[in-house]
Amino acid sequence: METEKKLFTVSIYTENNVGLLNRISAIFQRRHVNIESINSSVSEIDEVSRFTILVIITEAQMRKIIGQIEKQVEVIKAYYHTDEETIYQESCLFKIKSDLLFEERQIQNIIKESNSRIVTVNREFFVLEKSGRRSEVDLLYRELKPFGIMQFVRSGRIAVTKDEMKITKMLEAFASA
Amino acid sequence: METQTIHNQNKTQPNTERISGSEAVVRCLLAEGVDIIYGYPGGAIMPVYDELYKYQDKLHHVLTRHEQGATHAAQGYARISGKVGVAIATSGPGATNLITGIADAQIDSTPIVCITGQVGSHLLGSDAFQETDIVGISTPVTKWNHQITKASEIPEVLAKAFYIARSGRPGPVLIDITKDAQFEEFDFHYEKCTGIRSYKPVPTVEIADVEKAAALINNAKKPLIIWGQGIILGEAEAELKSLIEKTGIPSAWTILGASAIPTSHPLNVGMVGMHGNYAPNVLTNHCDVLIAIGMRFDDRVTGNLNSYAKQAKIIHFEIDPAEVDKNVKTDIAVLGNAKESLQLLLPRVLPNTHEAWHQQFKDLYAIEFEKIINHDLHPSKEGLTMGEVLNEINLQSKGDAAIVSDVGQHQMVACRYAKFNQSRSNITSGGLGTMGFALPAAIGAKMAAPERDVVAIIGDGGYQMTIQELGTIFQTRVPVKIVVLNNNFLGMVRQWQQLFFDKRYASTELINPDFVQIAKGYFIEAKKVSKREDLSAAVQQMMQHDGPYFLEVVVEKEGNVFPMIPTGASVSDIRLS
Repeated sequence: METEKKLFTVSIYTENNVGLLNRISAIFQRRHVNIESINSSVSEIDEVSRFTILVIITEAQMRKIIGQIEKQVEVIKAYYHTDEETIYQESCLFKIKSDLLFEERQIQNIIKESNSRIVTVNREFFVLEKSGRRSEVDLLYRELKPFGIMQFVRSGRIAVTKDEMKITKMLEAFASA
Repeated sequence: METQTIHNQNKTQPNTERISGSEAVVRCLLAEGVDIIYGYPGGAIMPVYDELYKYQDKLHHVLTRHEQGATHAAQGYARISGKVGVAIATSGPGATNLITGIADAQIDSTPIVCITGQVGSHLLGSDAFQETDIVGISTPVTKWNHQITKASEIPEVLAKAFYIARSGRPGPVLIDITKDAQFEEFDFHYEKCTGIRSYKPVPTVEIADVEKAAALINNAKKPLIIWGQGIILGEAEAELKSLIEKTGIPSAWTILGASAIPTSHPLNVGMVGMHGNYAPNVLTNHCDVLIAIGMRFDDRVTGNLNSYAKQAKIIHFEIDPAEVDKNVKTDIAVLGNAKESLQLLLPRVLPNTHEAWHQQFKDLYAIEFEKIINHDLHPSKEGLTMGEVLNEINLQSKGDAAIVSDVGQHQMVACRYAKFNQSRSNITSGGLGTMGFALPAAIGAKMAAPERDVVAIIGDGGYQMTIQELGTIFQTRVPVKIVVLNNNFLGMVRQWQQLFFDKRYASTELINPDFVQIAKGYFIEAKKVSKREDLSAAVQQMMQHDGPYFLEVVVEKEGNVFPMIPTGASVSDIRLS
């Protein structure tokens, strides 16, 4: 349904320009759309950046916002996708007291079963890294919480689409024009 | 000699010249064909002003009395000529004062380039004197903006600025230049911008869409065209005229589309929207195919969307893909430039006259004429009406004047009743509704089209928002005609207070100064009329005067503009009283 709110992953290919993040986030802000997460990185194309933004809105609203984003001069192309159309991951870091690693046997089991990775260990603390879907990250958080977490941080979603993104062809067409 | 040799070896471009960033700004403007710019000097833009002094025989700088006036003048210049208007200001308050004009240009798709000075790059972010984040502030109201911190960026960025401002759906661009970049010397070389890879200003017209549109039009029994400013911006006036004459389709216009087809054209059925004409508003909800060309279904045009043209198939010819299905769901969208789209449509449509359908427009016009128009233009009551002033201007200008209106009742009256023979004759603040627009915009319009009569029609409220631009008129002697329709009220707000707030006239009555004395203080010829028998002679004297002229017309205090679609009502529920 057009009126039903859904989670969309927005992928925006842009020229790498100071201020563009401001321009794009203003489009959401103006319409009172909360950005659930945002990630900016390089893309598969040299000198082209890629924003990955998560929003919960109706598809009708999504289409209009994509139109407004694509209208920006330095945006090459913007897409939106549902979860089914993408492969996506988040990443998180836990900082935990090192003593617990030796005193609480269960922690070692949790680490093993969750497919998380110890990034570093020293006398005071160790850092655990986990990549996966939000539900996996949330589960790990719930499991570790009772033992005491010194610090926790989770990244925004990053996603690639199952379908091809025709950006390279678009840019080639411009270069040969 | 040795340094000279090394210097030459470092040159990469063959046709470069070593100049300062500030001189480069002026040279870029000249390369873009700019002849007049509007602005106000100040600390952070002084190097550019120093170059403007040196280049004053090639590039005319008009000193406005406020930076807002500079943007509106640039808008007036752009709207009448189709060229890019240019405004220039210093950092901080100079830059923030441009914002209203920039926002106005953004929503009305007016091509302007604004150049602002900025504090030195080493001071950026330090809350330096007259530092403001103008790029941050202007982002939501510009088509594009950019800050330059190195002189070598100036040619490429300014070339992009002009290209972006004028191409596709036009709009305002702001370029902020730090003071050190203005002083810095570099090897200047200018090349016009012809394309940006992330920016496709004009979508390619899909023939299949044009064919679908033609099929709908050819089968329509009661088609209605509503055109907007896209016709003017796309220079598609001749194509639209051919289309409506071949198909016989009744054609109405939005406020910014006014004048694209002469007012007197028999197929021109008037203005749509809140204070538009009765027939096109009512019949929007009776047509079977609605053909929207270069318009954006603004809420002042559509009224309540839930009861807007629900019975009709909608065809939308539009250059900006973001406008399609934004407010009104279309059945067929034809993306592209209006000129090209209509050229492709024209051979595919069949000749028709739609006589019975036209008769419905004529019948409703007769009702509007009897109930409203006749009383507005030929009143029998004592007080002067705004309509009869417009009527007098029409008679004397014969429809050849460009009318620059401000915002409010007088604007609606001007757009309803002004006669236009040629395109680009109605210059007004549509989308933003910026009071104070008209006086400076008229200055820019007259300077861009000195051969035309430019008449500014302004209310007593809006006039006082940019009244200081009388100083600009006095200094430049630009021969604009200024008509203030004085009802001692913020008339449109008062009308709403009367209709929807039980006549509680909160802060709408104006105790006004002696406007004639003020104009005379600026050595501008001025006159005030308040009697019907004096009106014609006064307008004649104004139109024939060789130079700027101010005419105050005292109109009835509590006149209302009708027809009117109340907020939230359907277009077909338009009120005649």
